[in-house]
Amino acid sequence: MSTQVPESVEEESTTETASAGKQKRDAKKRERAERVQEQREAEAAEKARSADDTFHLKVFRYDPEVPEKQEPRFDDFHVPYKQGMTVLDALMWARDHYDSSLTFRHSCRQAICGSDALFVNGSQRLGCKTQLSDLSEPIRVEPLPHADVVKDLVVDMEHFYDQMESVEPYFQTNSLPDGELDEQRQTRENREKVKMSTRCIWCSACMSSCNIAAGDNEYLGPAAINKAYRFAMDEREGEDMKQRRLEILEQEHGVWRCQTQFSCTEVCPKDIPLTEHIQELKREAIKNNLKFW
Amino acid sequence: MSQSYNRGLIEDFSRWREFSAGMWAWIFHKFTGWVLVGYLFTHIAVLSTALSGAAAYTNTIQALESLLVVRILEVGLLAVAVFHILNGLRLLFVDLGVGLEAQDKSFYASLILTGVIVVASVPTFLSGVSI
Repeated sequence: MSTQVPESVEEESTTETASAGKQKRDAKKRERAERVQEQREAEAAEKARSADDTFHLKVFRYDPEVPEKQEPRFDDFHVPYKQGMTVLDALMWARDHYDSSLTFRHSCRQAICGSDALFVNGSQRLGCKTQLSDLSEPIRVEPLPHADVVKDLVVDMEHFYDQMESVEPYFQTNSLPDGELDEQRQTRENREKVKMSTRCIWCSACMSSCNIAAGDNEYLGPAAINKAYRFAMDEREGEDMKQRRLEILEQEHGVWRCQTQFSCTEVCPKDIPLTEHIQELKREAIKNNLKFW
Repeated sequence: MSQSYNRGLIEDFSRWREFSAGMWAWIFHKFTGWVLVGYLFTHIAVLSTALSGAAAYTNTIQALESLLVVRILEVGLLAVAVFHILNGLRLLFVDLGVGLEAQDKSFYASLILTGVIVVASVPTFLSGVSI
């Protein structure tokens, strides 16, 4: 069960020069650590056996820095079920009781930080928002597809963040209100229009599910386009800014790469109608360029 | 990203079982599109071999139509064309932003309608052919 590798490989070279007494102590320490680990695992397994209901998780493991984990594989964890347990809870239980080297991102545990998007039973979901009871066993937990795995369930998000930054995901305007203390008011209708698009939590589930983004690294991706939608549709930004935003979006690797597979809309944990927003921006881009008057 | 890096078990081909409606619609649309392109060129090539006169044309057509396999391929062609048309209409609505929340239902509807039309066409396509 454990993937913790005895640290013998590295230590052998360093202990050559160390005294015999230190060697002995180290060996003893290692032995003790192993015993503690074994005991912990045995306890965990016992707990899992005695529980009324356990869930079987198959978790993707990979670590390029550890020779024994360089070949990707799946580890099995049997986790005792508590009512309301989510995939993230189960992973945390497995980490705390079986293998402390199990690595995954998580923070708020209430679907707002966007750090625990995982590939669970073949679809991108937030670990903290997915109930174990909704899934069929064994539950396969993998890192997000179409992204480099750093370790276990952690993927490299750098590319996703780059795409998000490239659409200038912040409010900018050059039509300020007259008075110095005037507020920049938004109409209720306009707020309603951008409401769903503001809910993005940057979890990258949509980007990972998108077939086009997988094959074309320059494609902005659903999340970035949705972010651009949020500001392009905001009336307070003014016509100049909208023009600028549409210029970014209507490039070759912008909105036109979307082929309406609806994968992003399907997996979005915040239920943002991503495809709808992309389609609307496509229409805006056409309206922007086709002018017969 | 994914090409540069071998993720072993994670990106194998069995993933198609986890596709959703929109993805299937996309794949079928691509596939039927290529089949139609292929048919178009075959169609032109075959008919071009029979341009020497009315008799040659009739002979070629009759020879082809007497073959069972051609009749069966015609049914297949109809299926491909009908699905491509119906899904094309669906995509038109998607592009107009109409009924995006029913996109999966409209995909299933176009599949079912294709099936019905194809089954109804079988007697017409297979009439008067000897095995």
